[in-house]
Amino acid sequence: MNIYDMTLHQLWKMLHEGDITVQEIYGSFAGRIEEVESKVGAFVNLTPDIAELQVHKAADRWSEGRGVTPLTGLPLAIKDNMSLVGVPNTCSSKMLENYIPPYNATVVEKLAEDGALFIGKTNLDEFAMGSSTETSAFKLTRNPWNLGHVPGGSSGGSAAAVAAGESPAALGSDTGGSIRQPASFCGVVGMKPTYGRVSRYGLVAFAGSLDQIGPITRDVYDCAIMMNALSGHDACDSTSADIPVPDHTTGLGQDIRGLRIGLPGELFNEGIDASIREAIYTAVDLLTGMGAECVEISMPHLEYSMPVYYILATAEAGSNMARYDGVQYGYRASGAKDILDMYIRTRSEGLGTEVKRRIVLGTYVLSSGYYDAFYLKAQKVRTLIKADFDRAFTRVDLLVSPVTPTTAFKAGKRADDPLQMYLSDICTIPANLAGLPAMSVPCGFDNGLPMGMQIIGKPFDETTMLRVAYAYEQSTDWHKRRAVLAG
Amino acid sequence: MMTMKVSRKEVEHVAFLSRLALSEREAEEFTRQFNQIFKQFEKLNELDTSQVEPTSHVLQMQNVLRQDSVRSSLPIDEVLANAPDREDGYFSVPRIME
Repeated sequence: MNIYDMTLHQLWKMLHEGDITVQEIYGSFAGRIEEVESKVGAFVNLTPDIAELQVHKAADRWSEGRGVTPLTGLPLAIKDNMSLVGVPNTCSSKMLENYIPPYNATVVEKLAEDGALFIGKTNLDEFAMGSSTETSAFKLTRNPWNLGHVPGGSSGGSAAAVAAGESPAALGSDTGGSIRQPASFCGVVGMKPTYGRVSRYGLVAFAGSLDQIGPITRDVYDCAIMMNALSGHDACDSTSADIPVPDHTTGLGQDIRGLRIGLPGELFNEGIDASIREAIYTAVDLLTGMGAECVEISMPHLEYSMPVYYILATAEAGSNMARYDGVQYGYRASGAKDILDMYIRTRSEGLGTEVKRRIVLGTYVLSSGYYDAFYLKAQKVRTLIKADFDRAFTRVDLLVSPVTPTTAFKAGKRADDPLQMYLSDICTIPANLAGLPAMSVPCGFDNGLPMGMQIIGKPFDETTMLRVAYAYEQSTDWHKRRAVLAG
Repeated sequence: MMTMKVSRKEVEHVAFLSRLALSEREAEEFTRQFNQIFKQFEKLNELDTSQVEPTSHVLQMQNVLRQDSVRSSLPIDEVLANAPDREDGYFSVPRIME
């Protein structure tokens, strides 16, 4: 097995047993990037200078045997909307192409303290607004399983990097599915933690009531390791939850006998490809065979998730994007005749079409005449959606569904049809609206493209999700497959 | 049930409120797309929400405040390093008043 094909915990074990050095690990991933990055296009910026410094520090920690954490000496990629001091934080936008953050995001700080190696910043849909990474102002990212297809989005660069062997794990951010959908499209594990579990300080805001940072990894064990590293209260994020963090690995390997799993019929409707529904039902049979009780349930308000999400997310996005005015940082247009002209030219030249579409849509739904009909109405239906989950969780411990209605689609296929793109987020959006933890676990292939199973948990109960995901994963071999980057 | 029809003129006005100037193509596309998207949004009218409270945030937290103590902040030079234009420790912008 190639070093670059291994998981975090496999690499750590080799370091622990002295079978490999931190330099060798970094060298293997750097070599793999050299070999495949021109095909995959996962990164906006590579950060070898930073990584090489970290390699030396991590090697010292290992040789001195002190301060070694489960991530010491292991490479990670960071989505390019989280601040890493001294490296552009572009959000894949012309607006922030040259913006260099003067501080670290809390998650970046935590991983740095753990001794991880930062190998680069990954491509995304511009300001995380998209489901295919095609709205990036800089480049296309390809799906490692089939280069003609998209990797999903918005954390497409992170998922593609992990699937292509360029990084064993990566950070993503998820507002309506932006970790889970690309993880599903690229055949890797992705988790959106409970809202408030992971600090968002230093994450460029898209929609503040929905955004959450989480890991993308090659297997469930690595997901648990990353959750341990990322979770916890942060005084710099006022939405961060001040509650104890469990060891996310404790449930791994425990049996799942007696756990109750609900299948919401609304997420298995005819809009979902038959092959994906079948793959989930097969997975459910496996879980039942291991002693879980699986029941069909109804959550009638889930079918309203798409309008609720696109009203609330665009309203919040439109407000957040007001800061890009050419004054404090980022792009400023030249030749403006006055300040209003400067604002308008800066924003019109610095932002791409999808971002503009969402800003205008968000301003619409907040404008008088539309506020009550759209924005307030959506907030009320959000209450009903959340109530559906509350009711479901009195009967079951977890919910299982597809992650996406289709496997990864062809590049360019939906780029000009925003409504179709928005509708494809139907299975992932509800967990964001209700603030719940949700993850994608590989559950098969259709025509060579990966499929994912979604597990949604109770608030702050990531450990039960991980326990079920691990039990499923260990009885399959989907997570052991690696993309062959041919052609 | 009301149906909202969006005109191109209105889209351009809302874009202006957002401090955006749309290209010909964007203005035309957005108008057409918003009419489709609003049709989806209007699906919410099927639900009676007269007795439902709105949710703006899922966490039940209020007034999260830090200790009122003096802490160092980022150096001004570092903060201004990203400014498109600066002068004497301030952000510089086109003239606002004559």
